Amino acid sequence: MNIRTSVLALSGLLCTAFAVQAPAQETIKIGVNMPLTGPVAASGNYIANGARIAADRINAAGGVLGKKLELLIEDNKGNPTEAAAVAEKLISRDKVPVMMGAWSSTFTLAVMPKLMEHQVPMLVETSSSEKITRSGNPWIFRIAPTSSMEAKVFAQKLGNLPIKKAAFLVTNNDFGIGAAQEFSKALKERGVQIGITETMDPHAQDLSAQLSKLKATDADTIFVTSVVEQLTLVLRQAKALRMTQRIVTTGGSQAPDQLIQQAGSAANDSYHIVFFTPWFPEQAVNKDVAIALVDEWKKRGYNPSGLTEGFRGFDGILTIAEAIRIAGKAEPKAIQQAFWKVKVKGVNGDISFAKDGPASKESGQSTANVYMIQIKDGKVAPVSF
Amino acid sequence: MDQFLQHAMNAAILGSTYALLGIGLTMIFGIMRVVNFTHGELYTFGAYMTFFFVMVAGVNFFLSLALAIVLGIALGALIEFVLLRPLRGADIDITMLVMIGAWIVMQNTEQMVWGGVAKSIDTPFPEEPLTLGPVSVPWLRVFIFAAAIALIAGTHMFIHRTRLGKAMRATFQDRDTAALMGININGINMLTFALGSGLAAAAGALLAPAFIVTITMGNPVALKAFAVVILGGLGNFWGAAIGGFILAIVEEFGAVYISSGYRDATGFLLIILVLTFRPTGLFARRERIG
Repeated sequence: MNIRTSVLALSGLLCTAFAVQAPAQETIKIGVNMPLTGPVAASGNYIANGARIAADRINAAGGVLGKKLELLIEDNKGNPTEAAAVAEKLISRDKVPVMMGAWSSTFTLAVMPKLMEHQVPMLVETSSSEKITRSGNPWIFRIAPTSSMEAKVFAQKLGNLPIKKAAFLVTNNDFGIGAAQEFSKALKERGVQIGITETMDPHAQDLSAQLSKLKATDADTIFVTSVVEQLTLVLRQAKALRMTQRIVTTGGSQAPDQLIQQAGSAANDSYHIVFFTPWFPEQAVNKDVAIALVDEWKKRGYNPSGLTEGFRGFDGILTIAEAIRIAGKAEPKAIQQAFWKVKVKGVNGDISFAKDGPASKESGQSTANVYMIQIKDGKVAPVSF
Repeated sequence: MDQFLQHAMNAAILGSTYALLGIGLTMIFGIMRVVNFTHGELYTFGAYMTFFFVMVAGVNFFLSLALAIVLGIALGALIEFVLLRPLRGADIDITMLVMIGAWIVMQNTEQMVWGGVAKSIDTPFPEEPLTLGPVSVPWLRVFIFAAAIALIAGTHMFIHRTRLGKAMRATFQDRDTAALMGININGINMLTFALGSGLAAAAGALLAPAFIVTITMGNPVALKAFAVVILGGLGNFWGAAIGGFILAIVEEFGAVYISSGYRDATGFLLIILVLTFRPTGLFARRERIG
């Protein structure tokens, strides 16, 4: 076959391909803005997987408003500028009526002006910075707990951990700094002394300077806020420095299975505040939903340590689908209004939105459940809180 | 005082790896006038190769390090042959753009091959750290320090005690005259780039077991290597070696006595000062590679 005939054959093939595709079924599009590549790619992909499981489950049950859900999952490359660009693309080109995103507080904050500009609602599945729901953006609906919610729940149930003086080691961004402030506040109210706060660049791998400094202070507990990759390094390097202080990690992006695997014995005796405990799904508030997700996750062969992230994508899409159903149409304004009425039984717990932020332009904030686990002898153990 | 000793120890170990990275980069710039944006990716490549040999193929730890370095050298030679040789004599801007492109391609290829989940590497060293009075250092880091110093010394010996090293120095001093004297400039370029890349891969291979292996681990490191090179003066071997230690000391003590939030900033502040008052680098008058 010479080149001309092969080109002809190829174009013929393409024509038929398009002809077949033309009368495709109408779908409802949901934009998903996640870090699929870059430094936090693992987390973004776990959430995308959770979102896919939720969409498949809803579509298998007949979809929403008689239409199938179609997820448009776009990569924000773990970069706030890209996150804003992805939102622009999803809204302007793909005309999505609702989005989920954008993982980190910094990315979400970068996207928020786009929501105001184009009047499209976004469900925030992970970000914890207070600023997100307090800045007067009525297009924001968050299912993740804020740092202050996490801190308050922790401080209320302090009884089992005899903490006298706390110090902080946090990643140097909205997520980490916010957590240090909120935990300081909540702990102080409970009579705990507050020591120094050390920060680390989100990409830093050598943390021995900060850890050596913390080791020399009289704080008995160090609260560490970062993502799993950096927490692995913190635990390992703390052990190498023979630090004896109690380590409590916050923020819900720890993936304890991965910590056990990669930090080895250095992970032992550390405490972790998480938002889903896939090791014992039967203890979840809505255990049927939790067990269903854990089973499907395993069936698809996804990395089990990703469940502590993946559940957020699952809960997020369930919530968005319910809002579309209540709205009765896939239009941004109607979905925004409908978000206020949703009552969803999610993996983390019951999801419904309360008003947060300045009057008349409030954002929605759901009250999320917070759990604590401890790593003991290389295994995850529940902590009776 | 106890704390001071611990920080000094931390800085020495960190400095040895900065020096290793800086020397590779400065050699390439000095001899080839190429700003090597793939340096951080060679570091990442060394780390992933070590992961592959130790954790996937089950090869002995020390042998794995050696293999990773050899592959780093080979990859460097390949980059020189495919990308840089056709560009010899081209504008420095064009070379820079090509190297930036190569950096992006390499990083994305790594992502495709290895995925986004961070990897960790087991080592044969005991988990219990070496304790000297108040100072505590993991055995692995002692090894990293020793290996880095050995590599720096070895590279220095190679440049100053061998015929090939002499040819490299001659090319650095005067490319045209060196060519007239019968030195194979293409060969020297390939050797230089391969050696510089090998040093970056070596740094990655050595540090990977101490840290964790991620796709973007090379980005901050490449930035540090550039900082070291600027500090020591472009193309200056001892400048890069000493610059590496100075940067580490400034970062470590800046983090402790000023603020950890400005850890990286203190390092770069130093560079701004150097560029303002000694724009050719701290060690401009000392011996260069030539």
